[in-house]
Amino acid sequence: MELSLGQKQIDIIEKILHKDLIELGVSCVCLIDMAGNVISNLDNGKMKYDIYSLAALAAGNFGAVSAMAKIIGEDDFSLLFHKGHKENIHFSKVMDDFLLVAIFDKDISLGFLRLRVAGAIKKIAKLWE
Amino acid sequence: MAFVNLRNKEVQAKIVYYGPGRGGKTTNLEYIYNTFKKNINSDMVTIKTRGDRTLFFDFFPVNLGQIKGYDIKIQLYTVPGQVKYNATRKLVLRGVDGIVFVADSMVLRRERNIISLDNLQENLTSHNKNITKIPLVMQYNKRDLAEQGIPLLSFETLENDLNSKLKAPSFMASAFLGTNVTKTIRKIIAITVTSLANQLK
Repeated sequence: MELSLGQKQIDIIEKILHKDLIELGVSCVCLIDMAGNVISNLDNGKMKYDIYSLAALAAGNFGAVSAMAKIIGEDDFSLLFHKGHKENIHFSKVMDDFLLVAIFDKDISLGFLRLRVAGAIKKIAKLWE
Repeated sequence: MAFVNLRNKEVQAKIVYYGPGRGGKTTNLEYIYNTFKKNINSDMVTIKTRGDRTLFFDFFPVNLGQIKGYDIKIQLYTVPGQVKYNATRKLVLRGVDGIVFVADSMVLRRERNIISLDNLQENLTSHNKNITKIPLVMQYNKRDLAEQGIPLLSFETLENDLNSKLKAPSFMASAFLGTNVTKTIRKIIAITVTSLANQLK
């Protein structure tokens, strides 16, 4: 499937991500495609990450985990979470073609973040309806 | 397919170095990284085994500057060459825009080159891409080994084995010494960007 994103759609996506995730306290959030391209990237201005490398690794990581899912008879694992000492990473699939990556610290509970991510994804998916 | 961001006026394209194991794909990327370090804002990412073999991929992005008002960002990847890592090779090929096939010039590796090229063709087909249509450059690597008396395949043999149907631009190279490494990447970038420009018309 080929998807195209215009200026307006990217603006809307960034507004959603800002309101639902950056305002919650997430330090960095980016929407990438499964080839590792960065579609949208927002942060709280405090952290500077190498987003392009992160996107390449996130897409690879997600692809590897999806392949593992198939081996055990699952279609896919739709979300992944990695816990660190200070920062954590949460990955979630957006439709079949995109991945939402959120980096957040220990001040945000995983449950609350998951709710917000799920809400943001629903709104983003509506853009293609 | 490359990603075009109309708002930031940015194009991201993916170029993958493919080829048999121990053929010099990572060495190509390391040479490019060290030569153009000043223009690269990221570290080179490598996922490798303890024995220094590529396990998943090597990666770094390169900024090419502006073409027709768009910032061009090329993402360079290698794949693991070993036969057993085909699942990860397929993953890295997802969304590929251009390919450099790094063949090993050693006589001993003749068959492995052919097997790897066949594997590339199969994997591209699984992503609905056609090897005859995707931007492709052939690199016949390890030419420096001739000086050590190691038997190498001739340019004609390599062309006949790998490039007789594809007719892709090809270079004799030594990734170890850096010979024709820059020429190879310049060529694949030029063909990839032209192909993207045609698709965007």
